[in-house]
Amino acid sequence: MRFQKKLRKGTLGFSSSKFTKVYTMETTKAAPVQAANTRASLAGGTELNGSDILVKALQAENVKYLWGYPGGAVLHVYDALYKQDTIQHILVRHEQAAVHAADGYARATGEVGVALVTSGPGVTNAVTGIATAYMDSIPMVIITGQVPTHAIGLDAFQECDTVGITRPIVKHNFLVKDVRDLVDVMKKAFHIARSGRPGPVVVDIPKDVSFKKAPYHGYPETVEMRSYTPVRKGHSGQIRKALQLLLAAKRPFIYTGGGVLMSEASPELRTLVDILGYPCTNTLMGLGAYPASDRKFLGMLGMHGTVEANNAMQNCDVLLAVGARFDDRVIGNPKHFAQNERKIIHIDIDPSSISKRVKVDIPIVGDVKDVLTEMLGMLREMPAKPDPKTLAAWWETIENWRARDCMKYDRDNTSVIKPQAVIETLWNLTKDADAYITSDVGQHQMWAAQYYKFDEPRRWINSGGLGTMGVGIPYAMGIKLAKPNSEVYCVTGEGSVQMCIQELSTCLQYNTPIKVISLNNRYLGMVRQWQEIEYSGRYSHSYMDALPNFVKLAEAYGHIGMLIERPEDVEPALREARQLKDRTVFMDFRTDQTENVFPMVQAGKGITEMLLGSEDL
Amino acid sequence: MKHIIAVLLENEPGALSRVVGLFSARGYNIESLTVAPTEDPSLSRMTLQTSGSDDVIEQITKHLNRLIEVVKVVDLTEGAYTERELMLVKVRAVGKEREEMKRMADIFRGRIIDVTDKSYTIELTGDVDKNDAFLQAIETGAILETVRTGACGIGRGERVLRV
Repeated sequence: MRFQKKLRKGTLGFSSSKFTKVYTMETTKAAPVQAANTRASLAGGTELNGSDILVKALQAENVKYLWGYPGGAVLHVYDALYKQDTIQHILVRHEQAAVHAADGYARATGEVGVALVTSGPGVTNAVTGIATAYMDSIPMVIITGQVPTHAIGLDAFQECDTVGITRPIVKHNFLVKDVRDLVDVMKKAFHIARSGRPGPVVVDIPKDVSFKKAPYHGYPETVEMRSYTPVRKGHSGQIRKALQLLLAAKRPFIYTGGGVLMSEASPELRTLVDILGYPCTNTLMGLGAYPASDRKFLGMLGMHGTVEANNAMQNCDVLLAVGARFDDRVIGNPKHFAQNERKIIHIDIDPSSISKRVKVDIPIVGDVKDVLTEMLGMLREMPAKPDPKTLAAWWETIENWRARDCMKYDRDNTSVIKPQAVIETLWNLTKDADAYITSDVGQHQMWAAQYYKFDEPRRWINSGGLGTMGVGIPYAMGIKLAKPNSEVYCVTGEGSVQMCIQELSTCLQYNTPIKVISLNNRYLGMVRQWQEIEYSGRYSHSYMDALPNFVKLAEAYGHIGMLIERPEDVEPALREARQLKDRTVFMDFRTDQTENVFPMVQAGKGITEMLLGSEDL
Repeated sequence: MKHIIAVLLENEPGALSRVVGLFSARGYNIESLTVAPTEDPSLSRMTLQTSGSDDVIEQITKHLNRLIEVVKVVDLTEGAYTERELMLVKVRAVGKEREEMKRMADIFRGRIIDVTDKSYTIELTGDVDKNDAFLQAIETGAILETVRTGACGIGRGERVLRV
């Protein structure tokens, strides 16, 4: 096998040029195009230009939607898109939103999200979207136009070094210099994007490559890369050791992240938690992996996590980390976190996530679903069971923490809308509905994560790693397209929403009716909160004056705008908006200007050193 | 502690910059780096000399492995290995210094590969420490120019790094 692979690469791929890899089997790099074409026609293949090959590749990958923005370098590709009708292209208003929308689609469906942008500014505008997807390990393929190969490096119009600019924010990227490489590059791009720890892959296609012709023999069915062979199955010995440790634990805790959603392992996680009867928390990225309404769920952990989740994290003696990466927002001050001794089992598909910030005792590298399935199989055969008395004592401790009721707020306030109340009302109205909640970044994001009880995976869509303001509307429109019968809500603030508000126009053009719930406190709320707590109330440039009239703005975009100023109007307004199924509704909730997100762990503090309310300030 | 890491990677444009970018983005040290194609022209072999705690070195090897174009990574310092570095030093060689320089080159088993009436260019091959020692042994003021390849390393005995 090894020999064959080497032979193939050695004899065909590298005979002509030491530096350029040629993926096609049929020709060598040095062979003149005419010769290749003759050979292809003799072999019965068809000849297509690069753009048609690209479209064929997307079709073969079952791509249904493509978010993009045309420009000079991708005109051939757009011409090829014009001539087909299986892929729907969505013309966004800004390239950043194209990537966000495809990213939101990928988060909600688990499929690879695909975006198409032109060279130069098209790429630089897309960079924020790509980095957002990279930080949250979202499978994406971003196709970027490039100036023609002969113009690369000459500071051509709309040229930028796309591969260079995106290198640190992609799982991998390709510059396709020869049209004959294109089909194999596309196969590899999709394979890399969705396998292992998923991530965005950029394919940069120069304009001449998109119109030059090459023989096309169909889309490859398999792909083999000697340098990329992600592990799926975990080490059985390690899994057994982990189980023994878990079963003998006195104060066990299960901490899970986005990896559980990525590998569709929610059912396995639920079964494991149910069999063991152990407490469980989800990170911001992992919400919905375990039902939030279940008693064994202690709420989200971390900087704005619950008292019970953070205390359990700090005080457990055995921690099972599943598809989570001990982010700084989760463990707080690492020194404080290390003060309590605990054994850590870490399941992750990416070895570099293990022992990165926190030393791990039992690492298990593998796909979460595979590992949990094997773990469940072993668990069912093991005679050992958790000791009920010890576990009951641990639960009693946890219930004492829970009794603090750290999520309480001034629910009965009748003079001003409490932002938490908007989210709670939304949850009450939609908890039995088929609903997706996207958010932007800031206080509203934390309130949505805290007060909306996500019971199902892939229903909570937000930018956790990069924390990108402006993702909310594009995420929502990406999801609505894929899930036209679902209700899609975008929880946002008046700061974030203005970063991609132009996409309201896209929502109208493509009939993706979403509900924007803007918690408008006239402040960049999270910045204001930090300034209040950490900077003695010096509110440096966090007040937003001269806000637009959002109702009129929504109407100008052809949608419905609502202004909600009184607490008693919150529920009726949300009900009304829900009824407007085929319309995009922008709801401008004027909320308490000075409300803060609690609990809060200040920067540099340990996760149990929490502020629970303004009385702690 | 000093580590010498050997990397086999696809001989493709951009592969080197991915490695270098990784080190700068994550704040790891590179003390030297040498890279060239192997007997199989589709593969390049890189030798990286770096330093850091065991935890940092573990992360470095994991992140190198994560790069799509990297085929294999080995920390040579984990076992027995040999390293060699080529160094060319141009030194001042006038008057009685001239004979002294020749003697020093001989002691370090260097070769003089270029001569003018005022200078010698000395070629030295050895591990990095030996080359350092040579530079310390001769008078600093006599050194006109130094160029070093950085270490390249290989495992001893049966240790083989290949696909």
